[in-house]
Amino acid sequence: MTENTTQIDPQLTTFEDKIANEQRIEPRDWMPDAFRKTVLRQMSQHAHSEVIGMQPEGNWITRAPTLHRKVILLAKIQDEGGHGLYLYSAAETLGATREEMVQALHDGKAKYASIFNYPSLTWADIGMIGWLVDGAAIVNQVSLQRTSYGPYSRAMIRICKEESFHQRQGYEATMVLARGSNEQKAMAQDALNRWWWPVLTMFGPHDTDSAHTGQSMKWKLKRESNDVLRQRFIDQTVPQAEFIGLEIPDPDLKWNEERGAYDFGAIDWDEFMQVISGNGPCNRQRLAHHVRAQDEGQWVRDAMHAYELKRQAREVA
Amino acid sequence: MNQQTPKRQTIPLFEVFIRSKRGLDHRHVGSLHSEDSEQALEYARDVYLRRSEGVSIWVVRSSDITASQEKDVESFLDPMDDKPYRHATHYKLPKEVDNM
Repeated sequence: MTENTTQIDPQLTTFEDKIANEQRIEPRDWMPDAFRKTVLRQMSQHAHSEVIGMQPEGNWITRAPTLHRKVILLAKIQDEGGHGLYLYSAAETLGATREEMVQALHDGKAKYASIFNYPSLTWADIGMIGWLVDGAAIVNQVSLQRTSYGPYSRAMIRICKEESFHQRQGYEATMVLARGSNEQKAMAQDALNRWWWPVLTMFGPHDTDSAHTGQSMKWKLKRESNDVLRQRFIDQTVPQAEFIGLEIPDPDLKWNEERGAYDFGAIDWDEFMQVISGNGPCNRQRLAHHVRAQDEGQWVRDAMHAYELKRQAREVA
Repeated sequence: MNQQTPKRQTIPLFEVFIRSKRGLDHRHVGSLHSEDSEQALEYARDVYLRRSEGVSIWVVRSSDITASQEKDVESFLDPMDDKPYRHATHYKLPKEVDNM
């Protein structure tokens, strides 16, 4: 339909009515191409983030300080893989194949959350990833439980149920460090200093600079704006940091009585743009690792397929 | 099934799943007999959706469903029994910060 057509497209009207009436759009419903493309891009990016996000944590499995922390970390990483699966499946309802999505990731055409391009240098980073990175992800995902694409919304509901454990174990691990020796406390503070600002960029650019926000909000794919979600995260996290005696590395951070919210300093968007366009500390490493894991696992998929063919042949005979 | 005669002992069984409302998962509601899946859809509409119980129906041949066995459940699902740390409640936080 071109813009100067006066004829109303009944399919489009039905679609827009569903959105207006808080109905979810389901896979076989008619939907505008741009909606399909947008939701597909968002689900694929979200799925890739879950999977790539396993790497900074995987870095510490063999070096977790106790067996207890090690099994927790393993369970958490296993969850992240599962969350990737829920999201890939949601994307597959729109006809995208897993192979295409993985290829697009490897070709650099599909993105993932740029937070995972930062390294996990010390054990304290594992606490920060749970407390802050998952904490930020939860704020976003709770909001997305009401997203207008049904399969995406249902994946978010499942994920949110499991995500609370991730944040709590991260905060608890951080609390242990913050209440430990001076060295442990310093390690926790150092990790907070490195992760705080990158975590704030997880919500995306300010509303005034966000390329996709307007249309996504109109389609109710996105329910709340980047700035609203970021503010919510800051407001809930600052008291948590204060409680364990860690200092948020922002000299401009200050409670604003009038707004009933924290004012905070300027985010370094140049760094964000650098990282998102491939020049973060670990971009190449993350992608290369994913490619290698995919390649090295090929023989397993080949063997499973060969076995299945053999089994089928045996059944016929 | 006897290959010689066109008559069958039983009509194939289909499982019926209904999405009661947009946004919700399809849920299993029961089963019915039908010669093919198109017919099964219409039967499902007639027997399970007479009072606007749903907006979408899935039918699938019962024989296409692979199910876990109740008697194997212990060994099959055992891995989750001894992992309390997979639950949020495993992490005891002071009440000031317990709302995460």
